[in-house]
Formats: sequence, structure tokens, C-alpha cells
Amino acid sequence: MLGYILRRVGMMIPTLIVISMISFIIIQLPPGDYLTSYAATLRATGDAVDEAELASLRERYGLGEPIYVQYYKWMSGILLRGDWGQSMEWRKPVKELIWERMALTVFLSLISILVSWFVAIPVGVFSATHQYSIPDYLFSALSFIGAGTPGFMLAMVVMWVAMRQFGLNVGGLFSEEYILEPWSWAKVVDMLKHLWIPVVVIAFESTAGSIRTTRANVLDELNKPYVETARAKGLRERNLVWKYPVRVAMNPFFSTVGWTLAGLISGQTLIAVVLSLQTNGPMMLRALRSQDMYLAGSFLFLLSVLTVIGTLVSDVLLAWVDPRIRMEG
Amino acid sequence: MTVSEPQDLNTAEVQAATAQECPPLESNSEEHLEAPAAVLDAEEDRLYVAGQWQLMWWKFRKHKMALVGAGILIVFYLIGIFCEFVAPYNPEAYFIRYKMAPPTPLRIVDATGKLRAPFVYHRDRSKDPETLRDIYTENNEITYPVHFFVKGEPYKLWGIWESDIHLFGLGPDIEDQGVFLFGADRMGRDLFSRLCYGARLSLSIGLIGVFLSLALGIVLGGISGYYGGRIDTAIQRVIEFIRTIPTIPLWMALSAALPADWPVVKMYFGITIILSLVGWTGMARVVRGRFLSLRQEDFVLAARLCGSSEFRIIIRHMVPSFLSHIIASLTLSIPGQILGETGLSYLGLGLRAPAISWGVLLQEAQNIRSLAQAPWLLFAPALAVILTVFAFNFLGDGLRDAADPYAR
Repeated sequence: MLGYILRRVGMMIPTLIVISMISFIIIQLPPGDYLTSYAATLRATGDAVDEAELASLRERYGLGEPIYVQYYKWMSGILLRGDWGQSMEWRKPVKELIWERMALTVFLSLISILVSWFVAIPVGVFSATHQYSIPDYLFSALSFIGAGTPGFMLAMVVMWVAMRQFGLNVGGLFSEEYILEPWSWAKVVDMLKHLWIPVVVIAFESTAGSIRTTRANVLDELNKPYVETARAKGLRERNLVWKYPVRVAMNPFFSTVGWTLAGLISGQTLIAVVLSLQTNGPMMLRALRSQDMYLAGSFLFLLSVLTVIGTLVSDVLLAWVDPRIRMEG
Repeated sequence: MTVSEPQDLNTAEVQAATAQECPPLESNSEEHLEAPAAVLDAEEDRLYVAGQWQLMWWKFRKHKMALVGAGILIVFYLIGIFCEFVAPYNPEAYFIRYKMAPPTPLRIVDATGKLRAPFVYHRDRSKDPETLRDIYTENNEITYPVHFFVKGEPYKLWGIWESDIHLFGLGPDIEDQGVFLFGADRMGRDLFSRLCYGARLSLSIGLIGVFLSLALGIVLGGISGYYGGRIDTAIQRVIEFIRTIPTIPLWMALSAALPADWPVVKMYFGITIILSLVGWTGMARVVRGRFLSLRQEDFVLAARLCGSSEFRIIIRHMVPSFLSHIIASLTLSIPGQILGETGLSYLGLGLRAPAISWGVLLQEAQNIRSLAQAPWLLFAPALAVILTVFAFNFLGDGLRDAADPYAR
């Protein structure tokens, strides 16, 4: 098992290198380098342009030099000094800005996955064991609607309903007085109060998909001879269903958790913009709009790294539940 | 829950299935036995001699939701293609007196309870004394009949044919009263007309994007699956890399790199290319999988032994046998691209006004406070998008089932 994990981690490294290159190329896509626009912004706002500071920044990130030199400087900055570059708009190092946002992104996505499983698995199993019953049709219809409704539109509708019915603005993860506060117990409690709307909206789409997957998989398993055998031996139906077919039917969940996570992170970017959550979405959008490319590129890189890690986790989980995979290597 | 319940269910199911497939077996009387058997034979013969596409059509026909989806899409695409004709007004025309006017109720029963041809009432505008908002009240003294194929504002269909005939409208004499099926926006522009024009961009972007993805996917997936070996590994690696980057952030980053001052047409193709840059990977996987499984089929070997060229084998023998699957997965991937455009335009990174797409309309509905007064600004475009997505999903499901007529 350990060998398998090590091999998989080894395979990750080239992937990460290529991803970092792609992110960097995307940073470089807009015309002009960022210091030029930085200086332009400073002049536009009437601030004094400190030529010495510009020169030192230019030196540090290798601007004006060939792209591979710039890439090398960016990458070595990240790896050796944990320096992700400078955010032009916020006038802060990128690393001071992204970590809290990324942590909230991951937290929100993980909670959403858990919530969607918590709902989808029992519902899916129920639908499968009660195939063609009225609740089954109801759940199937619901999951079809869920799978077809894009998250950010659902978010807009939720915002509108809250505005219309309760006259409150449900956007954001915190009450206004806590947004700029440092983390405290009260802030966590405040966040938990705001959390449920984003979680429901984010989890909605993947819950719908998971219900359909669970239902189909459990249905496949229920027709297999081993279920019949267990039933013939007098095992109680509840034990029988939950202990064998459901366990086998869970495999695809493990194997796709990486993609699910990626999908959630990708989808919640848009939802976060609509609901103005304090996650990666709004900040990345702003960075892209104002060509704050180190900030935007770092987000793109980190989000991709998360996906790679998600895939790794799902591979390991799959190998853990299914011995055939780790034996094949 | 009893032990036997699922078994009962199964037997019931089997019985139902048998009853459906061979109704003649149910009747036991002697004289009826002959005729149904003959019918059965004829039907079986029909089944055996039917071509692949015929079988698919029969199977597809059974999928009612897919037919509904196809119907919705045909209507939507017709609206998109002929938007100048369907839209009663120029999408940029302002009705200054009707800013944020709610949808005009289209009526067929008048105040006296008589049924008549569709008409609208004259609307009077007044101000709410407290909030100073405009209120529109219907005046059921004055009625305007809605005419079909009526003269209206002149337009050029596809920029070629000049005409001034619109599908419906109040006619050119009634100028300051509009028929706003879905209400009007902040500047008094007719939302229905804007939706029609938006359909042209939003629906075509999905199609063109998918065809670009298909072209890339077939070429690269085909090479990958047909030749296998090292080329296959290399292409699969590239696909993996692209797929590890989360789609929406990648789309956002790429479209932010497009210069904001590009004209609409250029921007449109830019966005389409960005959408298909990610989309082709899924297509390539499908094509590769099909190639891998078909490569070992006997008919491919036979063709090769007969001396067919590789190109001929691919085009003449392999492509037709997986075309149906490709069409099905193509259909299922269109909604993703439509949503991609909608999302990007909503964020202000995709198409921008003066271009009109459903995403642009949603972006204009972004202000939550104006939404509280004019919810139709959100719901009309959102419903259009969601309906389209559903229709494509249903159609795709039906096509996917039909693509394999021998299953089940």
C-alpha cells in the first residue's frame, strides 16, 4: 500500500510542473507586463512612483527578461521562499491574500461534498430498493431538475427570494462587522450561521448527480446472485442491503471524489461571485479584471494543485477499498 | 420490509415486460392465435431488415421526454435563426415611458367576458406617491389588437434581406404602447426581443464550440485510439493536464486575456475557441474509447485484408459505426458550453454589451435591488437557459439510449 502511494505521489510531480507552466503562461497572456500597469495605476491615482521600488520589483521577478527566466524566478520564489509574487492592486504580497481565501474554498467544498453525500446516499439507496414507487419517481424528478439547474442561477434565485420574502441580503460568509475582524470564536459562530445557504446551493447540483449514481449502482448490485444467496440464508433485508450492495456501490464515489471536488471548486467559483462569498471566486475575478496577474495566476495554480491532490486522494481511497487496484500497481 | 418484496417487484416487472413485448401470448382462444402470430412475424421481419438508423429512430421515438426536448430546441433555434422576424421590436429601441414595465398581459377574454382575438389593454403610468416608483395600470377602455405578420420597424434579416414584417406586434400606428411579453428593462427595452436576439448568440456559441471540440477531439482522439502506443500516451497525458485545471477558473483566466476592446464578432469567436479548448478533451476520450474497441472488430480486419487504405477504413467503416455515440455525447456536451458562455458573460469576462446574449442579459440583471422590483429581468433569461439545458439533456439521454438499439 505504501509503495502504491509513493508511486502515485511520484507521478504527481511532472503533472504539477506542467500545471505551473500553464498557469504562468496564462499569467503572461495579457499584453504588457504588470509593473507597467502598476506604474500606470499609481500615476492615475496621483501617487508618487518610486522608481527604486519599481526597479527592485523588476529585478526580483525578472520582468523584461525572457519568459523562462521569469518562470524560473517565480517558481524558485514559491519553492524556496514561499513568495508568490506581488499583488499590484492590493499592494501586498500574494501569499498574505490567498491562504485564508483558499482555506475557506476548501472548507466550503469539503462541507458541500459531505452534505451532498449525506443526503444522496440514503435517498439513492431508498430509490433503488423502492424502484418505481412514488417517492422514487419524486426523487428522480428532483435529481433531474437539480442536475440541470446551473448553480449560479440557483444562487441568484435564492438571493432574490431572500430579498423579496425576508428583505435580507444573504450574500457573504460573515456579518458585516466580522468581515475585517481577525479570526475569533465569535467569527466562527457567525460564519456557521451564514454557511448553510452557500452549502445548500453548492451541494445541490452534485447531490442530484450522486442520487442518480447511487441509485443506478445499487440497482445493478441488487440483481446479483450474492444478494439472492444472502437473502436465502435469511439475512435481514436492512443489514443485507447496507452491508453488501451499498458498499460495492460506493466505489465510484471514492474513485470520483477528486473530480467531484474539482467540479465543486470550479462551480463554486461562480456561485461565490453571485453570493459574494469570501472564497477564491470574487478575489480571482477582481484580479483578472484588473490584470493583477500574479494573484490570478496563483489562484489558478493552487486550484489546479487542489484538483491533483483530490485525484491522488481518490486513487488512494480506491486502492484502499479495492485490493485489485493496488495489486496491479 | 419483507424479504420477498423485491422479488415480487421483479416478477411483476418481468410480467409487465412480457405483456408489452408479446401481447398475442396473453390470448388463449384458438381462432385468435393465427392472426397475431402472423403480425408478430411481420413485425420481427421488419425488425430484422431495418437499417441501423431506422432502429435508432424507433428506439428514440419511445423516449417521450427526448421528443419534448427536441421540440423545445427546434422552437428555440428557429427563434434564434429568425430573431429579427420573431422579435416585435429592435432590441436597442427605448420605450422611455416604459422603464422597468412589467410584462404586458396578453388577453383573449375582454372586460365583458367575450372571447376574442389576442389583444392588450392600454396601460397608464402613474407614480407611487411614497416610493416614487412607476406603476402601470391597465385601462380596459382602450384595447389594442395584436396582429400577426404585421408591419413594424424595418430590419435586415441576417444582414441581407430587408423587411419590416414581424411575427406579431401592435402595428406601426401605435407607437408609445408596446407589447412587452416579458416586460421591459431599466432603459425601457423590450426583454422578449432581447431574449430572441440573445438566443442567436447563446445557442450558436454552444453549437460552434461543440463542433470545434468535435473536430479537435476526433483528430486527436482518433490518432490516439487508432495508433495507440507512445502517441496515445502523450495525447492522454495532455488531456489529463488540461482536465486537472478547474474549468471555470481556467475559462475565466483565458477570457480575461482577450482584449476588452475587441469587436463583438471577434470576441464571439474568442470565447468559442476558449470554450472548446477545454471541451475537446471529453470528446477525444469518447472517440479514443470507440476507436480502441472497434480496432479489434472483424470487419476492420477484413477491410484491411482487402487492401483498404487506413484513411478509407477510418472514414468508411469505423466512423459510421460510432457516429451515433458521438452525436449523443455531442448533444450532452452542448449545455456545458452554453452555460460556459452564460457564466463568463455574467461575470463580465465574456460577451459584453452591445452584444446581446443570455449571459449579457443575466449580467444586466445583476443588481439585486432592481431585481426586487423587476424580477422578470432575472427569470426570463434564466428560464431560457435552464429550459435549453434541460432540453439538451433529455435529447442527449434519448439519443444515447437510441445509439445502441441492440441493448435491452
